[in-house]
Amino acid sequence: MSDTEATDAATETAVSGRSDASVEDREGVETHDSDVERAAKHTPSSIPLRVEGLRKQFGSITAVDGANFTVEEGSITGLIGPNGAGKSTTFNCITGIHEPTDGTVYFEGEDITGLSPNRVANRGLVRTFQLARELEEMTVIENMMLAPKEQLGESLWRSVLPVARRSVVEQERDVLERCWEMLEFFEIDHLAQEYAGNLSGGQRKLLELARALLTDPTMLLLDEPFAGVNPSLEARLLEHIHELRGDGYTFLIVEHDMDLIMENCEHIIVMHQGSVLMEGSPAEVRSNEAVIEAYLGGDVE
Amino acid sequence: MSDATADDPNTGLSGAIWGQDAVKLTALVAGLFALYLIGGTLLEYGVRQQVNSIAQLLFYIAVFAMLALALNLHWGYTGLFNIGVIGFMAIGIYTTAILSKGAMVTEPAAGSTGGFGLPLWLGIIGGVIAAAVFGGLVALPALRLRADYFAIVTIGLSEIVRFTLLESSFQSIAIAGYYTGLGGGSGLILDFDPTDQFLAFFGLSETYVAATESIGTRLGLGSNPAPVLDGLLYGLLLLVFLIGFYMTLQRIGNSPFGRVLKAIREDEEATRSLGKDTSGFKIKAFMIGCGLMGLAGILFYAEQGAITPDAFRPRITFFVWIALIIGGAGSNTGSVVGGAVFAAFLFRGPLFVKNIVQETIEVDAVDTFGQAVAPIVGSANPVPFFVYTIDNMQQLQLAIMGVVLIYLMHNRPEGILGHRKEAASPIGLERPSISGSIGTTSSDGDSTETDEVTTDE
Amino acid sequence: MGTAITDTYEKGQKLLATDPIRAVVVVVAVVLFLDLGWQLASGQTPISELGVLVKDGLMRGLFFGLAGIGLSMTYSILNFANFSHGDLVTSGAFAGMMATYVVAGGFGAEANLGSLLLVGAGGSVFGASLGIGVATSPLAVLVGVLVAGVSAIGLALAIDRLAYRPIRDRSGIALLITSIGVAFALRYLIQFIFGPGRRGVTASGDVPSIAVPLVDGTVSVNLHEISLVVVAVVLMGGLHLLLQRTKLGKAMRAMADNEDLARVTGIPTERVIRSTWIIGAGLAGVAGYMFVIWNGTLHWFQGWVLLLPVFAAVILGGIGSIYGAIVGGLVIGLAMSVSVVWIPTGLSRAAAFVVMIVMLLVRPEGIFSGRSTA
Repeated sequence: MSDTEATDAATETAVSGRSDASVEDREGVETHDSDVERAAKHTPSSIPLRVEGLRKQFGSITAVDGANFTVEEGSITGLIGPNGAGKSTTFNCITGIHEPTDGTVYFEGEDITGLSPNRVANRGLVRTFQLARELEEMTVIENMMLAPKEQLGESLWRSVLPVARRSVVEQERDVLERCWEMLEFFEIDHLAQEYAGNLSGGQRKLLELARALLTDPTMLLLDEPFAGVNPSLEARLLEHIHELRGDGYTFLIVEHDMDLIMENCEHIIVMHQGSVLMEGSPAEVRSNEAVIEAYLGGDVE
Repeated sequence: MSDATADDPNTGLSGAIWGQDAVKLTALVAGLFALYLIGGTLLEYGVRQQVNSIAQLLFYIAVFAMLALALNLHWGYTGLFNIGVIGFMAIGIYTTAILSKGAMVTEPAAGSTGGFGLPLWLGIIGGVIAAAVFGGLVALPALRLRADYFAIVTIGLSEIVRFTLLESSFQSIAIAGYYTGLGGGSGLILDFDPTDQFLAFFGLSETYVAATESIGTRLGLGSNPAPVLDGLLYGLLLLVFLIGFYMTLQRIGNSPFGRVLKAIREDEEATRSLGKDTSGFKIKAFMIGCGLMGLAGILFYAEQGAITPDAFRPRITFFVWIALIIGGAGSNTGSVVGGAVFAAFLFRGPLFVKNIVQETIEVDAVDTFGQAVAPIVGSANPVPFFVYTIDNMQQLQLAIMGVVLIYLMHNRPEGILGHRKEAASPIGLERPSISGSIGTTSSDGDSTETDEVTTDE
Repeated sequence: MGTAITDTYEKGQKLLATDPIRAVVVVVAVVLFLDLGWQLASGQTPISELGVLVKDGLMRGLFFGLAGIGLSMTYSILNFANFSHGDLVTSGAFAGMMATYVVAGGFGAEANLGSLLLVGAGGSVFGASLGIGVATSPLAVLVGVLVAGVSAIGLALAIDRLAYRPIRDRSGIALLITSIGVAFALRYLIQFIFGPGRRGVTASGDVPSIAVPLVDGTVSVNLHEISLVVVAVVLMGGLHLLLQRTKLGKAMRAMADNEDLARVTGIPTERVIRSTWIIGAGLAGVAGYMFVIWNGTLHWFQGWVLLLPVFAAVILGGIGSIYGAIVGGLVIGLAMSVSVVWIPTGLSRAAAFVVMIVMLLVRPEGIFSGRSTA
């Protein structure tokens, strides 16, 4: 699929969900580069997220102090650490809610440090919030309809002028179908006409995740998605996440539930006192002494 | 129901609602007219006075409804707390005045000044643009402020506008050979007649004159029917504008654009995290609203004959806010309802009651509050107090507005229609009826099945 | 020395890049300052004239500061911008003048009691004929000050009970809108009762004054101005002692910082709220009354006219900061007065608002960093 005509492409992307135009295209483009150069071009896309030397200071408090890590494509990576380790702040720095004091964030090989949250999200890096940020006075389905990108109707004049409005309405119908499908996937479609403010905590989390997916992200940062969620719902959520990973999404999950992380993540990053203590597989993390000490409250050299 | 949506984008559930809303609004306005006509018969109004009364009511209903609609875009949709409404109205009408007043190329007499002599329709466009641009200038630095600070900035600016209009050194200046200015404390004389120009524009001037005469004699309007019918015609013009406002704002609101605005009001940071450029949306919404306020200001004052800075005090801003809260912020229909109710019951109503009372009951005037209260204390006679109240209804009515506002904020802050679930979309958001396959985000082997449920009401 | 200059230059460059508004403000301030210096040096503006402007500005500013303390306190402790504060000021002024008229009019001896109570509504009695002034009727004025303060307090407590307490937990915006309703109700009730006219309430010709020589002329200072300063200093001193030395004061300062925390730690917040209204309204009422004595005229619209400058003062000083309100008041008063050196008189009021708006855009937390923002 060649993405040239703006409108058509926009409609399609907004409607059809994740396009398959990923790595293959880049490979398919003919160049006269040597193999080495072509290989180098691949590297960025297999590391969706790379954080280098991230620092964030709030006045005299250093919340994040030199964090370095990478997240591999198509993985479910866990980000853990005791309270105050700087996990949420790191998320906020990556997604543009805070501007880092120092350091660089690379998303799909491009420097996104300090970009505003909407620009980060538009590139395909989307996060959910620890305290689910539902738009309470809007219905669930309205919340969902908000999310998809490149909606023609978000342009003011297109919404108002008679002829242009027709295409907006058409796209709206397609977006509506997509939203209902996503609601059904998460099994909260029966709540569609409820005000989001009336949902229970667990339902909000589902809505938060469903909505984030509708933005057609490449990578998802989930901030404690399982906090306060009952076991059966948790199982369902995990099922969905694994399914989505199978579809090609990359996940970075902050969680406190160690078992959950150990069982579901193939790679774990441990933070402590603002920097990365270690990275590794669940087995490596479990047996690492420094990690154990950190959790027991000791200071780490 | 949903099959009807297949072809025509304007019917379906949203179309049905619009249909119903238009009916409701028409009924409301007709009801208010009826009330006033009844009041008029109590006052033994002749036909002439009845027509006048209705024309005036229509004028105020239309103007306050338009202003409430514009403010609703700011506050009800986007969460921008704008209490500088009157400032944008002033910019609208003053710009139009300067652009369209008769040109003076020689030094005018003291206390008067001219304009650029452009056609009125051009002046109106200029006024709207000026108001919108000023709104944009305000918005750029100020939109990041939290709501109450933003409010203070807007009211500060509307007062700065008023001081600028009052300033004597801007009263009359020469620009490129034209003598124009802001008029200072004496204000500006509006030497254009909107209805005349409107009729001339469409070539209806002569038809109109003939029509007024025949209608005038048929209704028994007396020897000079023109002023009365002019007033009615202007009221009807405003009604057309109101319909335009309403339809435009419904379109803006019931669209993805409106959806983002609502989301911004709810939680701007979450909206940004979904990829929306909230600053851009806010600025656009603010500028449109300000342009509309400018237009409403133009329509409000264009037929008054003259404007002075004194008319542009923050009082009117608060009238619009009361109207919006009565009707229900967030709902366009609510804004119109609020404007109509405010105009009929809080703005014109008390004065109307005053007229009725004064016509039917004959009593001596009571000059001061003391003279009104003393008889109650002295001889348990409440009549002088009653008379004083009626005489000073204009002040009391404003105090009553304040009390109404307090009452609403305590007991029904969502107003008359604010509780309605009005989804921001051009279509209804019920589950679509199942057709083939459109897009695939869920993988195969998904445990849930899409239901074979057709949409219901 | 040389590095200091280059440092400043670099800082200036950075400033220009990161915040254009701040840069513009600095440039404008420098230009105005240089222009003033030139005007004084060249004799275009006599120093004594500047002195008069400064004195005027300080007087006005003192009034803004006194009135602003109450606004600042309610803003920070009760979490909303009280748009009816100006009308509280007006109410105090009217109540105080009522008492003053009655006392000066001998409780009905020299003029009709009813007219006295209505502060000469409809031109029935004139302050001049009653000889009202600090020098000519000190007792009446003293009574007026006390009544002004007390009635403003009573009114504020009643209004809080009726209008604000039922919705205490709602958002600041809801309370702001409610306060607009209160403002309307109060203001137009005053107009309804006392009539729309503006009346002269003091025997302004009889006010003793001294002429203070200043470089090339004199600045006259009259007794009413001195009384205003005295009253202001006494009140502010008392307030300082209250906030620093008493438990109540400590509680109020704690609540201004964080209400939930205060509630949790057991500070009786309804009591603190009541004290806030008492102090704030008392100061506002007295300020209103003293302003009328200084200004010589009284009208129902007064409070609203002064509300925005008072807001400006409070924002400038930092919401929640008492000293900030006073400093802010003085700055705003000076801005309104001294700005006539550069811009036409009619726009001097606009100057105060411009200062306020710029402050909100550049440093919303104010000079003394009260609450923060956006």
